[in-house]
Amino acid sequence: MASARLREPAPVRWGLRLLAVVYVFLLVLWPVSLVVKYTFADGLTALSTALTDPDVTHALWLTAEVALSAVLINLVFGVWISILLVRYEFPGKRALSALIDLPLSVSPVVVGLALVLAYNPRTGLFGTHLDAAGIQVIFATPGMVLATAFVALPLVIREVVPVLAEIGDEQEQASRSLGANAVQTFRRITLPSIKWAVVYGVVLTLARSLGEFGAVKVVSGNIVRQTQTATLVVESKYQGFDQDTAYATAFLLATASVICIVVVSLLRPKDES
Amino acid sequence: MTTSTVPARTARRRRAGGTGSLSGPTGLGLGVAVLWFSLLVLIPLGLVVTTAFSDGFAGFWDTITSPQTLSAVELTVVQSVLVTLLNVVMGTVIAWVLVRDRFPGKAVLDVVIDIPFALPTIVAGLVLLALYGPQSPIGVNVANTRSSVFLALAFVTLPFIVRTVQPVLEELEADVEEAAASLGAGRLTTFRRIILPSLVPSIAAGAALSFARGISEYGSLVLLSGNLPNRTEVVSVRVLTYIENGDPAAAAAAATLMLVVALAVIVALDVIQRRVARRG
Repeated sequence: MASARLREPAPVRWGLRLLAVVYVFLLVLWPVSLVVKYTFADGLTALSTALTDPDVTHALWLTAEVALSAVLINLVFGVWISILLVRYEFPGKRALSALIDLPLSVSPVVVGLALVLAYNPRTGLFGTHLDAAGIQVIFATPGMVLATAFVALPLVIREVVPVLAEIGDEQEQASRSLGANAVQTFRRITLPSIKWAVVYGVVLTLARSLGEFGAVKVVSGNIVRQTQTATLVVESKYQGFDQDTAYATAFLLATASVICIVVVSLLRPKDES
Repeated sequence: MTTSTVPARTARRRRAGGTGSLSGPTGLGLGVAVLWFSLLVLIPLGLVVTTAFSDGFAGFWDTITSPQTLSAVELTVVQSVLVTLLNVVMGTVIAWVLVRDRFPGKAVLDVVIDIPFALPTIVAGLVLLALYGPQSPIGVNVANTRSSVFLALAFVTLPFIVRTVQPVLEELEADVEEAAASLGAGRLTTFRRIILPSLVPSIAAGAALSFARGISEYGSLVLLSGNLPNRTEVVSVRVLTYIENGDPAAAAAAATLMLVVALAVIVALDVIQRRVARRG
């Protein structure tokens, strides 16, 4: 904290504080609270109507399935790539490290288009072969998992890489020199020290995966009760003038994502102190 | 990408800096990781670029200079620049308040900043529509106007500059400011001459992220902007329209334009981060 003489004059301090609070209130807090209010305008009716609508329940299960698959893929891939990027030297490492962040700046619609071009059964580079083998990717669950894994790809890596770099590899080398093999060293030494970074990465990936919309819309075909996820239900219910169900589903999604960020913000300071 | 050269390097590199060598299984693991990354990200994105030029350069040029695409590009770029400028000011103010000020409810403000990150984009659009749509309780209706694009982008990009500036501000040493103050500098001069220069790289990094997100935004605009051609249609929506009309070459052309911008931002970020690392 800055000492007393470095504090701003009271009017400046109050002005900045007011500006920040009012801006965030008008842009985020008030709109979000309105959706909560609309959802519970008739008590629990909207929520229970939504939860008994087969379109919605199917979409929620599908969302869970797709999100969990994507989280699992990105967890394994993310931890592994992080170890490679921090602990090993190889040609093209800097390029790989920069390209890893690419999914964060690519529009979800472009992600969807890219996957359709590669995996569609008629003209896709891989899609035609997969189709011949009887595997459907586009307009089916595998494509939606790919799209979700794509957009959330950097999140685990961005959390784990700085921690791995920070802890150094002295303990790992000691463990190896005492005769532990690579798997034992990873399980007993590396994993415990990056545990929290992995947890944040997974929670952020989960939040992103539950909420993915554009990329999934392009690759899924948006077929009701088949490839329609929760975010797609929100859009189609809202446009179909079933606003109560749209608000209720949006509320469920928003609750899940807010729980995710609260979990991260509760865990984070404990770890750093 | 470079898997074939990996075995040749086995057991050659063991630097003092703690970087290990790529032994057989690790080299194989690198190959698998790079293969997965290529199948998922690099090859599909490469196909976007090749498809964009499937009708030659003329086809690509015709698509991106068609009036409807140009108008979408103009809207997207202008609104992203405006929102980024707003974020430069508001993001720095919010980061400043979060680090230097103390008041009840600050912890809540800190968590609320992250809501736009976590909220699904379609829900973000719905949420903004609740306060700034046709049924607005305060009588402000921006739905289907160009302002709605600005509003949606301001919402989804809110955390970027706050979260890049905040840690830098926390690390700043008070003694430099004290020295400036003891030499007679006012608070404004201290801020302008001492604090601001050390924040500039993080503000620039946040601004690049915010601009890139603005250019590529789709989900939050779907319900809010109405996607009116030539008026409120952004580039992402244009790409989707081309896809739905069964014109993948045109979709890929517009998408390539966006990819070039995304790459430029990544390179800019890399340069900024390297410069910061050198200084630190």
